[in-house]
Amino acid sequence: MGSTRLYSKGRVLGHKRGKRNTRPNTSLLQIEGVSSKQDADFYLGKRVAYVYRAKREIQGSKVRVIWGRVTRPHGNNGVVKSKFRSNLPPHAFGASVRIMLYPSNI
Amino acid sequence: MARSKELVHGVGRLSRSQVFARRALYKGQKKGETPKAAEPAPTKEVTVGGEKNGGKRLVPTSKASRFYPAEDVPQPKKSRKTANPTKLRSSITPGTVLILLAGRFRGKRVVFVKQLESGLLLVTGPFKVNGVPLRRVNQAYVIATSTKVDLGDYKVDEKFTDAYFAKGAKKAARSAEEEFFSEGKPKEKEAFPESKSADQKEIDKAILASIKKTEHLAKYLKASWGLSKGEYPHQLSF
Repeated sequence: MGSTRLYSKGRVLGHKRGKRNTRPNTSLLQIEGVSSKQDADFYLGKRVAYVYRAKREIQGSKVRVIWGRVTRPHGNNGVVKSKFRSNLPPHAFGASVRIMLYPSNI
Repeated sequence: MARSKELVHGVGRLSRSQVFARRALYKGQKKGETPKAAEPAPTKEVTVGGEKNGGKRLVPTSKASRFYPAEDVPQPKKSRKTANPTKLRSSITPGTVLILLAGRFRGKRVVFVKQLESGLLLVTGPFKVNGVPLRRVNQAYVIATSTKVDLGDYKVDEKFTDAYFAKGAKKAARSAEEEFFSEGKPKEKEAFPESKSADQKEIDKAILASIKKTEHLAKYLKASWGLSKGEYPHQLSF
C-alpha cells in the first residue's frame, strides 16, 4: 500500500506580530520542505486545514476543523502567511496543519 | 428597505443589488412560468343613450390615465455582465491522466474525457480499472499528470452534458422512518439505472482499448497516489 496523504504538512508558528503587538487575524505557517520564497510560491492560495480534537461531540464527531488559505510569503525563508475563517486560537501554536493541494494549478 | 438607510433623500446607503441580497429577494425569484390569467379584452361594447349617438360604442375596458406621469419611474438597471466560459488548463487535454485531490475518489488516477459546458471536467476511471465511474470534477481539485492515454480521434457522445448528471427532483421523505423502511422492513436499494451502466461501458470501451496498448498503464491507473515522507509537491513534476 502506498501512501494516501494528499496534503503537505505545515506547522503554526504563531500570529503575525510586531515587537509588542500581535495581529491574530493572520497566522504564520512553516511548510515542510519549503525554505525559500520561490518554493513558497507553489503554495499560495492553497487551502489549509487546522484539524484538532475537542471534548464535546458536534454531529457525532470530536474532530473539528478550522479552514483557511495561504495568502502570501512571509519574508524570504519560506514561511507563509495565512488567513483562517476564524482566527487560530493560541493553543494551536506549534500544532501541525494540513496544506491541501487544491485549488490546484498543475 | 429597512437596512438601507437613506443617506440623502432618494439615495440609499446600499446599492440595488446589495438591498436585493440583504432582503433575500432571491428567495422570491420566480423559477417556473406561472400560467397567465386570460387577459381581459381591450375593449367592450357599451350601449349609449341618446338618438344621435349611434346606440353602441366600443369603449376601452381600462381607462387611460388622464395625466402623463409627472415623476420619472425608475427603471431597473439591466445587467450587461455575462459569465465567461471557464478556461481549461493547458496541461489538461483529452486523454490526460488526472489525479483527484478531493471528494469520494481522492487520490485516484482518472482519464480526462472532455470539458462540459459548465467548465467541469468529465472523467472516467475507467470504472473497470479503478472503480471510478463517469463523473464530473472541477479542475481546481485535480492534478494533471504528463501521462496521456491516446484517445486518437475518439468522439464523445453528445449526450454527456451537465443535464445528464443532474439529479431528478425528488420528494423528500416526510420522516427518516419513511425514507429507510417500508412496512417494517428496510427498503431495498434502488438498482443502478441500466442505461447509465451501459453508457459507462460504452465510453470505457474505447479508452480501455487504448490503455491496453501501453504496458503497465492499467496498473498505473489502478494505483492511487499520495505523498510520502520527504516528498514535497513543489519539487515534484507530475
